Order: sequence, then C-alpha cells, then structure tokens
Amino acid sequence: MADQQVRTQGTASLPQGEGFQENFAARHRAGRVWYVVFQASTIIGIVVLTALLYNIVNGAFGLAAIQNEVNPETLAVEGVPLDKLDKQHLVDILQQNLSKGLLRRFESEQPFAERTREDVYDLVIERVVEPQVVHTWSLYDSLFRRSAVLAAAAEDYPDARIEFMSWIDPKFVTTPQSSDPEKAGVRTAILGSLWTIAITIVFAFPLGVGAAIYLEEYATDHWVNRIIQTNINNLAGVPSIIYGMLGLAIFVRALEPLSSGTLFGLTDPTTANGRTIFSAGLTLGLLILPLIIINGQEAIRAVPDSLRRASYGLGATKWQTVWHHVLPNALPGILTGTILAVSRAIGETAPLIVVGASTFITVDPSGPFSKFTTLPIQIYQWTARPQDEFRNIAAGAIIVLLALLLALNASAVLLRNRYSRRVRS
Amino acid sequence: MISLTNGQKRPFATLSSNGEYAIEVQELRVHYGDFMAIKDVNFRIERQKITAIIGPSGCGKSTMLRAFNRMNELVPTAWTEGEVLFQGQNIYAEWVDPVQVRRHIGMVFQKPNPFPKSIYENVAWGARINGFQGDMDALVERSLRQAALWDEVKDKLYQSGLSLSGGQQQRLCIARAIAVEPEIVLMDEPASALDPIATLKIEELMRQLAQDYTIIVVTHNMQQAARVSDRTAFLMMDEDRAGYLVEYGLTKEIFTNPQDKRTEDYITGRFG
Repeated sequence: MADQQVRTQGTASLPQGEGFQENFAARHRAGRVWYVVFQASTIIGIVVLTALLYNIVNGAFGLAAIQNEVNPETLAVEGVPLDKLDKQHLVDILQQNLSKGLLRRFESEQPFAERTREDVYDLVIERVVEPQVVHTWSLYDSLFRRSAVLAAAAEDYPDARIEFMSWIDPKFVTTPQSSDPEKAGVRTAILGSLWTIAITIVFAFPLGVGAAIYLEEYATDHWVNRIIQTNINNLAGVPSIIYGMLGLAIFVRALEPLSSGTLFGLTDPTTANGRTIFSAGLTLGLLILPLIIINGQEAIRAVPDSLRRASYGLGATKWQTVWHHVLPNALPGILTGTILAVSRAIGETAPLIVVGASTFITVDPSGPFSKFTTLPIQIYQWTARPQDEFRNIAAGAIIVLLALLLALNASAVLLRNRYSRRVRS
Repeated sequence: MISLTNGQKRPFATLSSNGEYAIEVQELRVHYGDFMAIKDVNFRIERQKITAIIGPSGCGKSTMLRAFNRMNELVPTAWTEGEVLFQGQNIYAEWVDPVQVRRHIGMVFQKPNPFPKSIYENVAWGARINGFQGDMDALVERSLRQAALWDEVKDKLYQSGLSLSGGQQQRLCIARAIAVEPEIVLMDEPASALDPIATLKIEELMRQLAQDYTIIVVTHNMQQAARVSDRTAFLMMDEDRAGYLVEYGLTKEIFTNPQDKRTEDYITGRFG
C-alpha cells in the first residue's frame, strides 16, 4: 500500500506520454543548437586561419617589374655582349662607372686581381646594371588578372621586364640583412632566433621542470608554498613587455658584465652594453618559465598515485620514485608544455625590443654575447618600412618563421612520441 | 636481526618483546588531521601465517594495514601514535627510516598497479634500487615462479606489464613485492578487482607464499578470509567512526564460535 503510494507520487512529477515526447524533443533541439554553434566557431576559426595564410602567401609571391638603371646592351664592348666579356673588360667597366671610394672599398675587401670572373660579373650587374624592382603585384593579381597587370606594366614601366618573383628562395634564407629589399635576406635573423631560443631552452627547461617537481612532489601544503604557487599562476598571464622591462633592468643593466661577456674576457666595444643574445635568451626564459612550471605540474599530477605507492611499497626513496616513475611518465606531458612555451617564445617581439635587439644588423651572431636580431623583429621592422618591396620580403620572412616554428615543433613532437613509446613498451 | 636504520647505530628502547611475532601492535592510533581513524588497537601477528583483517566498509582496515609499513605517511595529514613492533623494533621510532621498513614489509594493492615497464623490469626494479648485486635473471625467474606466473610469461618477459590480464597483473605485483625478499607481505584486498577464477589463483598463491612469508590480508570477502587465513581480526567503528579491534583469534574460532556478539552478527550477515 505504502509502496504503491510512493510509486504514483514519483511518476507524477516525471513527464509521461505526450509530455515526455515534448520534453524529449526540446532536449534534442537544445543539443542541435549547440552542435551548430560549436561547428560554426570551428569554421570561423578555419576561415580566419585561411585568410591569414592567404595574406602571407599573397605577398610572398607575385609578378614584379624590374628595371635596369643601365641597359646591359649599352655596356657591350666591340660587339661582345656583357655576359660574354672576359674579366679584364668587366673590371674596366667597373672602373668607368663606379666612384673611386667604392672601388677602393671593393679592392680592400678582396683585390680585383684575385677575384674570379663570375665575382666581378656579379659586381657589374649589382653596381652598374643595377636591376631594381619598381613595382610588385600580389599573387592573386599575378595569377588571375595577369593580362591587366601586363598591360598596366607595359604602360607605366615600358623599359622594365616583368618577372614572376618568389620573394622567398634559398638566397633569401642565406643572405644577411640589407637596406635594399632585393638583396635583403634573413640569415642574420634566423641565426639570432636559433641562438636566442637555444639559450631560452637551456635556461628555462631544467629550471621549470625542477620547480615543477619540487612544487608537486616535495613542497608541503604551507602558506608560503601556496603564495609561490599563486604567483607562478599569475606570472603566466603577465604581458610579455613587462618581462622585457625586467630583462632590461636585470640582465642588460644589473648583470651587464655577465651578459656582455666582459666577465669572460670579451672586450668587443660594440657588444659591451649587455644587449646581447644572452640577455634576450634569459628574458624569454623568464617569460616561459611559468608556462613550463604549470604544464610540468599538470603532467606530474597526471601520473597515477598508484605508481608512486607501488614504488614506495618496494622500499624506494622519494628520489628513486620521482626519477624512475614520476618523471618518465610525466615527460610526454612536460615536453608538450615545453613545445607550446617555446613556440610562444620564438614569436615574441615586444620584450626583445625592450631588451635591445638590433633592428638593422648585417653581421651573423657569433655566440651568446653578440648583438642580434630575430625573425619577428626583422618582420616588424620590414613592415614598418615605406617601400612596397619590404612588405613582400616581410611576407617571405613570415613564411620562414612559420617553417622554423614547424620544424622545431615537429622535432619536439618526434622526440616526445619516441619517448612515450619507450615508456609504454 | 634486521636493521631498519640505514646502518646508523643508535640505542633503542628496551622492549618487552623478543621478536617472536611478525608484528606486535601496541596501542596503535592513526589520525588523519583531527579525525581518528584507528583507536587503541593491540594485537600480535604470527609469523608465516596468513592473518585476515575483516570488517565493515570504512572501519579502517586498510588504514591499519598501511600503518604496518608506514604507507600512511604518504598522506600528508596522517599521523600515528603507539607502537608497531617488527622483530622487536618499533617501526615508528624516531630513528627508523620508513624506506627501510617498506623494504622489509612489502605491499600488494587493491588494484593491480604494475609499472609501465616490461614484465622483467617490473620484477627486477625493486631489487635493483635496493642494491641487488647477484644474478638478476635468476631472481626474476624465481620471483615469477613463486608468484605462479612464470609459465605464463616466460616467453614475453620483455613485453609491457600492462599487456597482461588483471589477474596476471596482480600476480606480477606479488612477484614484484617478493623479489626484494621481504619478511612480511601486506595485501590490501588483492582480489577485489578480479574475477572468481583469478581470485582463486591468488588465494592458492597466498597459501603457498605463507610457507615463506608472513601475509596480512585485508578483505571484504568473508568467504575469502575463511578460506585462506589462519587467524582473523575483526574491526568495527565506533560512533565517531574510529576503527577498533573487536575480536582476534583463529579463523576457525572466529567463524564457527565467535566470542563477541558483534562478530557473530557481522559474519552471519546481519550488518556490514
């Protein structure tokens, strides 16, 4: 009797029959709406990414009108065209067309007598013929509005030849920075980025993983440790320019003897102000340290406690447990976090400007105590230039940066996968 | 006598015991912060016998078991009073290193928890970190044979321990525990996550291991306690949820002729 009452009461408040159908349909409707919302946000994300890539590629390739300062045909000697002339004639052309000062500079770099014919020929093309890009068109225009482009070019630049140019090519990657966009390359910036990121990793990875191990495995639940933890979490959200100020104050100014290398006997006056790769690497290291610590803690926390208990149960010490079980099992997660953090560091511009990256430098960095520039800074500087061509090489440099990023990430992912397989088998 | 103190020579308290029991528990209390989980437990565990600890859920069986090799200390808030004498020495004495205690008093857990390493490495690791110098292959084979697992895994020693079935994993964990040659093996509901066949194998294995080791097993399953154990301790909790020992004696006696009314009620299924 009592049981029956309970049952009828229970069913009364749950919808039955038609009510159930209605409720059922409403639940599914809500599900469909959210499904569409989620799908739309994914699509928007993909569209934005595609637009970004289109924009970059659009600038990195395309038609260009190239005009010679001096028509090579006028340089022919006794009917022999320029590209068939021997070395002596080429040197004569240089001497006729270039200023004495410039000639002396070339002579002191390497005497003409020792230069090869190809070398001298390149000099003639570069300095006398002086081909110059007078106008560029985007990839879209070059492909789909080619006839209009050609017509406009024939009208505006009758002397120019129209060429399809790829602003990013092997030469672009291997030549140093230059004030002339046709000759400028990103070698200095790539080397600067690689050096900086190497120092960042060497500094931040061991320190970050060590701190993560300490906070997860050793630190007790004490108010001091809680404050430290809260601060680390907040530091991960501090704007990167603040880290730039910190790096400027500490590494560039306070630690100048160390960061300029004078402590190690380096006395190059051009670098002795502390604005070096060393300072930049440490600044970026500080920037990603909280990220590495937090990700490391997550990864360590994800290692099941049963493993720790099993290890302790065999008479293992804390260190043996951490080293043999916790770390190997947390490593894939730690590496994932490090990959993300390093990817962020390699694209950072603001802190490096504050720390004092050189915006224009043509000399390769020779070590941690060199002046430097990095790819993002190079891109930033090029996009700020008034000439159109710099926008094209900035697009090229962005592609190089993305490729560098992908290469670094791919190697880290390979390393991680290899390691997690080893742990599993 | 085994030194628990990492080689440090220290005087230790004169004890009433001469170490003829595997473990003697005196006035044991375990707390988690303000909460008392185990209250005033006294009893002695015989050597090379299987002692079962039974009782209703939440009465502190596992806590008491973990008190025998100081595993409770992995919980930051846990603290212990009283004495647990292992071969005449209080394992809670100030100078005793819990690492040494666990080396002599091994443990098998409720859920099989092999390391994500090869079967061979699972067995060898404990011995290696404890400084084992001898023939590792022989030790691994002997331990796996003792755990009745050798025939099933001898052809795949270098496969992951996680590739085994649940029952095999649990026997691997037993092999791992006995590879460091402990005197006592603590088992915390070792068969509760296993099917009946695997459970039966573990029980057979426990009977065999009792010839060499002292085994203390916590179990929910009263039939299991009755089947495998020599002695049984029955725990209950009081109104503050603190566990205390109700009755301890020969398993036969406990299950056929319990002295305490509460024991009788529990084993006849009237509560718990």
